[in-house]
Amino acid sequence: MSEQGQAHATTGTYLRIAAILVMITLIEVGVFYVPAFQAVLVPVLLVLSAVKFTLVVMFYMHLKFDNKFFAFLFGGPLLLGLAVVVSLLFIFYGTVRLRTGS
Amino acid sequence: MAHDTHAATHHHTSMGLDSRKMAFWAFIGSECLLFGSLISTYLVYKGRSLVGPYPHEILNIPFTSFSTFDLLMSSLAMVLALAAVQRGDMKQGKLWLLVTALLGLVFLGGQFWEFSHFVHEGLGLTTNLFGSTFYVLTGTHGAHVTIGVIWLLTLWVQALRGKLGPANAMTVEITGLYWHFVDVVWIVIFTVVYLIQ
Repeated sequence: MSEQGQAHATTGTYLRIAAILVMITLIEVGVFYVPAFQAVLVPVLLVLSAVKFTLVVMFYMHLKFDNKFFAFLFGGPLLLGLAVVVSLLFIFYGTVRLRTGS
Repeated sequence: MAHDTHAATHHHTSMGLDSRKMAFWAFIGSECLLFGSLISTYLVYKGRSLVGPYPHEILNIPFTSFSTFDLLMSSLAMVLALAAVQRGDMKQGKLWLLVTALLGLVFLGGQFWEFSHFVHEGLGLTTNLFGSTFYVLTGTHGAHVTIGVIWLLTLWVQALRGKLGPANAMTVEITGLYWHFVDVVWIVIFTVVYLIQ
């Protein structure tokens, strides 16, 4: 049981989530090998990865059912971590562009 | 029962939440920043290596896809272990805890083989920027998996000795939080390092 006394997902839900995760992984690998997808490869893979990430966090880590404070404890640093990644990429590639003029 | 005594010592915060679980979510939050910085470093130096081997020459997607599948299945085994312990089915609980640990060991074996193969191909920690950032990122993740496997096996031994039951399911739940976090980090690494080359 979670902190608020709500039940976690059922075994059937866990199995369905696992099946979805495996299917998304197969799609990711498939997309990687199909030349037609090369132009949109990065956004497609990032979206698929985000879906897998969310499914595991919401159902296997029970954030969907647990107290919202746990979501805050996890989501805050996660957003900060994402901001660090995006900021560093902008700083680094922006600097390179200024230096090379390209 | 030993686990009943143990359960009685659990502390709750003024919000009515288990203090260990709250502390563990805060720890996982801090881990997001650790892996965020390692992934940033990998991305910033991506494509900046002056000498090979380069990622597209050396990364084995089919093999790593299997490792990803293995880790996803270990997450499934972990939730099944938790569900079994919560309903007091310790036979199933012990089985799924062991399966989770074994799947973690398979992942680690795969990573050991991958690293050995890369070293054989000439990619060391100091060979180029790709080698440095790749080994530090995936090695840190592997260290987390190793800790997780040791933790799971410890729980399994406790369960075998009858010291784990529904009363301390929170211990299994916290172990699960750690294990699933290791899984979600790999989901990101698989995409960022292996698929987006």
